[in-house]
Amino acid sequence: MTMHDVSLDQPLFRVEGLTKRYGKRIGCADVSFDLWPGEVLGIVGESGSGKSTLLGCLAGHMQADEGKILYRGRNTLTMPEPERRVLSRTEWAFVHQNPRDGLRMGVSAGGNVGERLMAIGARNYGDIRETAADWLGRVEIAGERIDDRPRQFSGGMQQRLQIARNLVTSPRLVFMDEPTGGLDVSVQARLLDLLRGLVRDMGLSVIIVTHDLAVARLLADRLMVMKDGHVIEHGLTDQVLDDPQAAYTQLLVSSVLQV
Amino acid sequence: MIEIENLSKSFTLHNQGGAVIPVMAGAHLRVEPGECVALTGQSGAGKSTLMRMIYGNYLAASGSIRIGGVDVATVTPRDIIRLRRETLGYVSQYLRVVPRVPTRTVVAEPLLALGKPEGEAHARAEELLTMLNIPERLWSLSPTTFSGGEQQRVNIARGFAHEYPAMLLDEPTASLDARNRDVVLSLIEGAKARGAAIIGIFHDEGARNQVCDRVVDVTGFTPKAAA
Amino acid sequence: MTDQAYNFAYLDEATKRMIRRALLKGLAIPGYQVPFASREMPMPYGWGTGGVQVTAACLTPEDTLKVIDQGADDTTNAVSIRKFFERTAQVQTSETTAEATVIQTRHRIPEVALTEGQILVYQVPIPEPLRFLEPRESETRRMHALEEYGLMHVKLYEDIARHGAIATSYAYPVKVEGRYVMDPSPIPKFDNPKLGGNAAIQLFGAGREQRIYALPPYTDVVSLDFEDHPFDPSKADHACDLCGSEVSYLDEVITDDKGSRIFVCSDTSYCTTRQDEGHTGRLSPEGEAA
Repeated sequence: MTMHDVSLDQPLFRVEGLTKRYGKRIGCADVSFDLWPGEVLGIVGESGSGKSTLLGCLAGHMQADEGKILYRGRNTLTMPEPERRVLSRTEWAFVHQNPRDGLRMGVSAGGNVGERLMAIGARNYGDIRETAADWLGRVEIAGERIDDRPRQFSGGMQQRLQIARNLVTSPRLVFMDEPTGGLDVSVQARLLDLLRGLVRDMGLSVIIVTHDLAVARLLADRLMVMKDGHVIEHGLTDQVLDDPQAAYTQLLVSSVLQV
Repeated sequence: MIEIENLSKSFTLHNQGGAVIPVMAGAHLRVEPGECVALTGQSGAGKSTLMRMIYGNYLAASGSIRIGGVDVATVTPRDIIRLRRETLGYVSQYLRVVPRVPTRTVVAEPLLALGKPEGEAHARAEELLTMLNIPERLWSLSPTTFSGGEQQRVNIARGFAHEYPAMLLDEPTASLDARNRDVVLSLIEGAKARGAAIIGIFHDEGARNQVCDRVVDVTGFTPKAAA
Repeated sequence: MTDQAYNFAYLDEATKRMIRRALLKGLAIPGYQVPFASREMPMPYGWGTGGVQVTAACLTPEDTLKVIDQGADDTTNAVSIRKFFERTAQVQTSETTAEATVIQTRHRIPEVALTEGQILVYQVPIPEPLRFLEPRESETRRMHALEEYGLMHVKLYEDIARHGAIATSYAYPVKVEGRYVMDPSPIPKFDNPKLGGNAAIQLFGAGREQRIYALPPYTDVVSLDFEDHPFDPSKADHACDLCGSEVSYLDEVITDDKGSRIFVCSDTSYCTTRQDEGHTGRLSPEGEAA
């Protein structure tokens, strides 16, 4: 299989009837959607709406109870774990809200970016370092910081480093959990701009969880609104935000300042 | 190119006692390639609502909106995204961009989204910015800090970067001086000449008379109950 | 209580059988860490309780045992373990590598090539090579199971980035038969090339951590490295001051308060044998005369 044999006329990722329960409580229920190559899907909702549970199930961090998750036609819920883990370090990527969860804080920036390369067999130090330096540049981190540890970086830089670490193997599908949460507004803008550029240039498909409707509007092509584990509304991002149909979405949209 | 039949729209305000407000009924409109149609009617008559429905920003309650064979009222979001990328352009009154993105890139974005090479996209952006008299020293700055008139011109440049077969223009000449107004009108005439079907809202009567072939008063689409 | 109150080689037969099972499994899956029910031994952890249990499970009355600590037969640890088995198993002991059938070692592989039929037992403090990179045991086991060893190279990468070369000089990680990444115990990396293709059976026992692993004879063992920073089994650039050997691993010994130092073979048996054969070094009586 080569990296670019995905047909643009086939969904990259298809979710059918996904359900996750915590005992009697519902994590997320009967979620279905398609994600196409190059498309950004936003999942919005308040804390506890099930959006993070859903993301965790999709990325394989949590085991769903029912339903199907098809990645390029293969069900990742029934796939052997080794295969799924290979997927998650090659064709998939996961950007955590807190960079500490996605970075190795005791390893240099270069080592952080190089890890995925080494994990898939890169064994030339010079090449690994060159690729790492190139990626630091793409996320606007000065090359001379390559041997510094993430601890010495600002929050925004850490988040950009996490993105570089994830994208270095040219994944196709990126999961993002509140990637701009916890950052200053000015830093958020820079990160959003960077993400938009990378999504466009690399043709990434992205599933992004956020409670920030402004972030959703700027990044997402489509939006899924969740409440109590259920998808309340699903549609084109600007249509959902400007002409919300469900009562809950109307409330959600009207309770934030103009976005 | 644009064909609207029996279109209706109402808003349901779930959080205000579930009030249902019908805002449009029986709307119909047909725009041929190379034709420019102006929407008129008093403020609140539904000009913007109709524009937003054509763009897929508002959901239609019933009826059809066919643009080059694609029915915006019924297709999937994915098809609307493609339609907006390839076929249907929209120049709104407000510029909505990620802060920090340079003006040149803001204008080039529609072309980059189509996969055009960066050099070509930027060249086209610079051509339009020059035409619209945005000084070159501003091109590398984010338009978020620009004056209202400058932002409006950046918005127009962006809207005309790609040669869309169908275009929606919301007050494209508002807040422009005479010189820039003429540039915008010539851009519209150019788009018509290459066969674009255009629907616009023009408060500027002179501009309307100069570029529009027909005028449609949306007051006729107001629901009877409300009238 | 007399020495006869103990079973042969201290451990009871059921325990030895349990350990032998673990050893056989380890030999069947070279480099794989087999859990075993490590027993309390009459010595503290860190003194070789894992190695002692493996040795006890391997010894027969006909065996000749050699015990070395950092290459030397006469250091505290080596002496006490040798005495332990002299009393509890009454086996013969020797300081000569070639004469021994079972050699228990801490931190060295003898200089003299081992032969078929010999068993080398390593004392292992920390069996998990991924430990310092990934502290969660549940996760390291999964990483071994799924061959996710990218992290191992991250450590070497960090070495080169910080020091210009791979600075790990002992317990240098190896890959066994192209499958498991293994910690060879804290032997100097100089000894790493002797791990692979060795005619002897190599057994590793970690008492506190309750793990056993093994290398059967002639196993393929490769030290991890980068194409452009290949593994280098370096040693001090000196000859032994006592026997003149230029190929053996050397200990640096400070001899006075002024920083005078000498270099001597860490393998005492090897060094004595060479001296007996007439080899001389800088500090040999003849060398002084010259």
